[in-house]
Amino acid sequence: MKRLLVYLKDYKKESILAPLFKMLEASFELFVPLVVADMIDTGISHKDGGYILRMGALLLLLAIIGLVCSITAQYFAAKAATGFAAKMKHALFLHIQKLGYTEMDTQGTATLITRMTSDSNQVQNGVNLVLRLFLRSPFIVLGAMVMAFTIDIQAALIFVVTIPLLSIVVFGIMIASIPLYKKVQGRLDAVLGITRENLTGVRVIRAFHQEEEETKRFEESNQTLTKVQMFVGRISALMNPLTFVIVNGAIMALIWTGAWKVDSGVLTQGQVVALVNYMSQILVELVKLASLIINITKALACAKRIEGVFEMHASLTEPEKAVDGWQKKEGNIVDFNHVTLQYKNAGAPSLTDIDFHVKRGETIGVIGGTGSGKSSLVNLIPRFYDVTEGSVCVNGTDVKNFSLNELRKRIGVVPQKAVLFAGSIRDNLLWGKEDATDAEIKKALQISQADEFVAGKEEGLDTFITQGGKNLSGGQRQRLTIARAVIRKPDILILDDSASALDFATDAKLRKAIREMENRPAVFIVSQRAASIQYADQIIVLDDGMIAGIGKHEELLKTCSVYQEIYYSQFRKSKQSETEIMHGEDVG
Amino acid sequence: MKHDEKNGKEKNKQREILVKVLRYIRKYWFFLVLSIILAALSVAITLYIPILTGDAIDLIVDKGMVDFVGITLILIRIAIVMGIAGIAQWIMNVCNNKITYHIIRDVRNEAFHKLEILPLKYIDKHSYGDVVSRVIADVDQFADGLLMGFTQFFTGVITILGTLLFMLSVDVKITLVVVCITPVSLFVASFIAKRTFSMFKAQSEARGDQTALIDEMIGNQKVVQAFGKEADVLERFDEINERLRSCSLRATFFSSITNPATRFVNSLVYAGVGIAGAFSAIMGGISVGQLSCFLSYANQYTKPFNEISGVVTELQNALACAGRIFELIEEEPQTPEPPDAVELTKVDGTVELNQVSFSYTDDQKLIEDFNLSVKPGQRVAIVGPTGCGKTTIINLLMRFYDVNSGQIKVSGYDIRNLTRKSLRLSYGMVLQETWLKAGTIRENLLLGKPNATEEEMIRAAKAAHSHSFIRRLPKGYDTVIAEDGGSLSQGQKQLLCITRVMLCLPPMLILDEATSSIDTRTEIKIQQAFARLMEGRTSFIVAHRLSTIQEADVILVMKAGKIIEKGTHEELLAKGGFYTELYNSQFAV
Repeated sequence: MKRLLVYLKDYKKESILAPLFKMLEASFELFVPLVVADMIDTGISHKDGGYILRMGALLLLLAIIGLVCSITAQYFAAKAATGFAAKMKHALFLHIQKLGYTEMDTQGTATLITRMTSDSNQVQNGVNLVLRLFLRSPFIVLGAMVMAFTIDIQAALIFVVTIPLLSIVVFGIMIASIPLYKKVQGRLDAVLGITRENLTGVRVIRAFHQEEEETKRFEESNQTLTKVQMFVGRISALMNPLTFVIVNGAIMALIWTGAWKVDSGVLTQGQVVALVNYMSQILVELVKLASLIINITKALACAKRIEGVFEMHASLTEPEKAVDGWQKKEGNIVDFNHVTLQYKNAGAPSLTDIDFHVKRGETIGVIGGTGSGKSSLVNLIPRFYDVTEGSVCVNGTDVKNFSLNELRKRIGVVPQKAVLFAGSIRDNLLWGKEDATDAEIKKALQISQADEFVAGKEEGLDTFITQGGKNLSGGQRQRLTIARAVIRKPDILILDDSASALDFATDAKLRKAIREMENRPAVFIVSQRAASIQYADQIIVLDDGMIAGIGKHEELLKTCSVYQEIYYSQFRKSKQSETEIMHGEDVG
Repeated sequence: MKHDEKNGKEKNKQREILVKVLRYIRKYWFFLVLSIILAALSVAITLYIPILTGDAIDLIVDKGMVDFVGITLILIRIAIVMGIAGIAQWIMNVCNNKITYHIIRDVRNEAFHKLEILPLKYIDKHSYGDVVSRVIADVDQFADGLLMGFTQFFTGVITILGTLLFMLSVDVKITLVVVCITPVSLFVASFIAKRTFSMFKAQSEARGDQTALIDEMIGNQKVVQAFGKEADVLERFDEINERLRSCSLRATFFSSITNPATRFVNSLVYAGVGIAGAFSAIMGGISVGQLSCFLSYANQYTKPFNEISGVVTELQNALACAGRIFELIEEEPQTPEPPDAVELTKVDGTVELNQVSFSYTDDQKLIEDFNLSVKPGQRVAIVGPTGCGKTTIINLLMRFYDVNSGQIKVSGYDIRNLTRKSLRLSYGMVLQETWLKAGTIRENLLLGKPNATEEEMIRAAKAAHSHSFIRRLPKGYDTVIAEDGGSLSQGQKQLLCITRVMLCLPPMLILDEATSSIDTRTEIKIQQAFARLMEGRTSFIVAHRLSTIQEADVILVMKAGKIIEKGTHEELLAKGGFYTELYNSQFAV
């Protein structure tokens, strides 16, 4: 919780004033039993009706002051709590944004989302309650004790014993239940996980007829959640009865002591009434507190989960002094210098000693078996991961020396998974270039072979895409993601197996259009299809994270056995006519 | 007028929901009755103790006028009832917990059960976040409201009734003062509640917007980072965040006025009782002890009004959430199986589609008058441009969706007359969109055949060429993977999905772009394994790579929901139609 308190800093005034006004209200409340005692001792015993009315008016005045104070306090508390939550969420969002691919791979997004939403809400409520009540309650409790001292020191000693006893009960129950509530949230995560899985995997689950097994799994997980909830509930349920018994025990002690004191003439009857009233006030306050303590305990558990996110450190760091490496206009655009990459928690490196150099405007094909490291290789160029050994240079500068933004601005990435965002087609393309004109958008759509289907939509560029692009087919989504990357006129364009959902004709047209782009970027094409990369300037053949061969198609066909195998696997039928096709196509 | 009507409807709806909630509670009637009895008991004692203390104080009159014997007797009585009340309160709380947590467990189970039998149409149409938040967040809110309702509403109402009775028994006139002033606090509370309702609505809307943005942007953070859009996204986030903050401030503040306002009314009551009581005491109507006990009643009597007004807003919120869950639970399930549904035991491999028409939406026709007859053991390939309806055919074959008209027959039975289980288990399906569940590799592979032996599993993995990469994972077959495969590559995920099917050896196969992310070398090897697997098995194959389907017995070329060409690879090439065009494009530059 300590870590999160920073976000209250801007609301220092509010977070001091709120409890202060609450205390003010509480202190006026404490006068009430005194006034009533007066009313009884003076008013009734002297049969002074005027005095009673005056005291009544005083009670009314105290009530009005209390009202004003408490409304002021509520306002400050609400302002501080909501402001705090907004600041915290902002910081949290910013922090999560800084987390790199490595952290996202290991954490998973689901838990980050719940921490940003439901956990944050719980904490906001918690802060609000704490500001309003957590100071007020101890104040009333202690205040009641102080007032008791003004009446009689010996009687007040009963308060001195009772209050620590009550604190032990209240805090003991809190301390015992915080880890349990954390467990509850964890179990809830599991229930959420199964629910989500059953939505995303509905087809597979039904195809394998796993409905009953999944229901059983869910019910088990749900049952363990219920068990923990019941357990923690049983502990919190102790709060009320225990405090009830302690306070009433104290009242009994007060009556007994009071009886002796009155008998010996030290106290009056009215004063005993006041003492008992103060003790009842403590009880009333604690009953109120008990129901809120559950909320506060929950909030503390949630705060811990949020802190957990803040403690996650981004493995990628921005350079202390970023260089502007883009002044250079010649030389290689991309250099891999003996690069080795090993993912966190992985047993073996995914890439080993990768060394190659790319000139401006060149087309590089990357091909290789499943899991051979193709995506890993291109992911190093925009510095999605940091190399373990060696270095990756873009435009002659180590990528670690660029500011991430500067580097990524120059690179157009089309990831394997075609992700679009809720919004119009135009909105989605503007991701690539904020100030793109409609003409530029049209051009990008032409290159990505998407102009036809977009034109076919009734609303054209303004067609609304639902979250994730569910209302488009896989191929349409892919073409839009390509357009989004092309529109920024990047120096480096990375197509990570991003034509897999396109038919061959479209794929070929796409590659042709990219080749004909003005200021042709260096293009990295990762593909399974030999045909897609056959005409690249350099083809990098990966095998189990190592370069098995590098060169042009013809060379590799002669020298690289892995490449031969891949190539002939796709053209096995037409092997005999292979030269014919190649020549024919070369001419055309 | 209209407003009233709407109000009336809302009220009706709330009542309906309440009735449904009661249905869930019925199962726990014993605990509910016990809880109410214990609540009554503990309230009675809580009210009885001030009478006892009042009596005791009356015995402490003045110096030398103290009845110690009487006081001792009273204190013993207090100690006994106090102990009883403490125990009663604890058991009551435990009962309430039990009722609440078991009800929400039941509701969640029922919701999940529904999820498993909902038609895919529903799941495809709703965002996952929406459904998940119904099962998780809404149920949670509902639980909070329910628990609060049980613990505070009952005791609140019983306390009010009890205090009234006690006060009446002590003094009628002063009681009247109390009864006259208290409705003011209810009036104030409902006045504020009405005005804050719209603020709460604005708050939850803003919250919904924010959750949607977070879900989308954090869910796709890799893309956001690739395009360097962090700052823009943060700006959008901040805009919503600020809106939420101000909505939240207003809702929180205005709703929190309720408490001080009603407390103010309570203070009025207290002052009123004090004055009236004092005058009454002067005139000898009541004793000082009675007044003291009266004053503590005045406090106790008004307190539940505060709580109940708080509970009412909470309860309204809870009912709204319950409504969203019931919407899901009451959603129309998939067409139930006819009672005489046939268990498909002997699959001969014939599949027939007769005049099948289908569309996802009424206004857009997709598949019309589709006819196809597949002989046992035939390999059917479906090709065509994206969006032509290839995947839809699979949805229909697996009966994820029902045809609008026409019929699909498997082994001579209309699939609507078969049990879903036997129909689906007779197919082995591998989709382009790989799906793996969180768990170990082994759990994922054994999904279709939980009792497979280690040897069978490894044999299947070897056939699917996943064995070598699985073996290299840190813990081999026991490596735990996150939902959606975590850091496995797309191709590796596909290999696992293929292994899963290889292990089951189903009589028919459906492969929808099953090898799209696998390199062609491995693919060929898998194809050989598939070829062995497909021998004698009817199979449907959807693929872009024409190399993978050249050996099919029938190739269907689809365009815009219709079959436009049909034949073997050679026949179609000879025809020189759309297929030839597709085929040649493979070799284009």
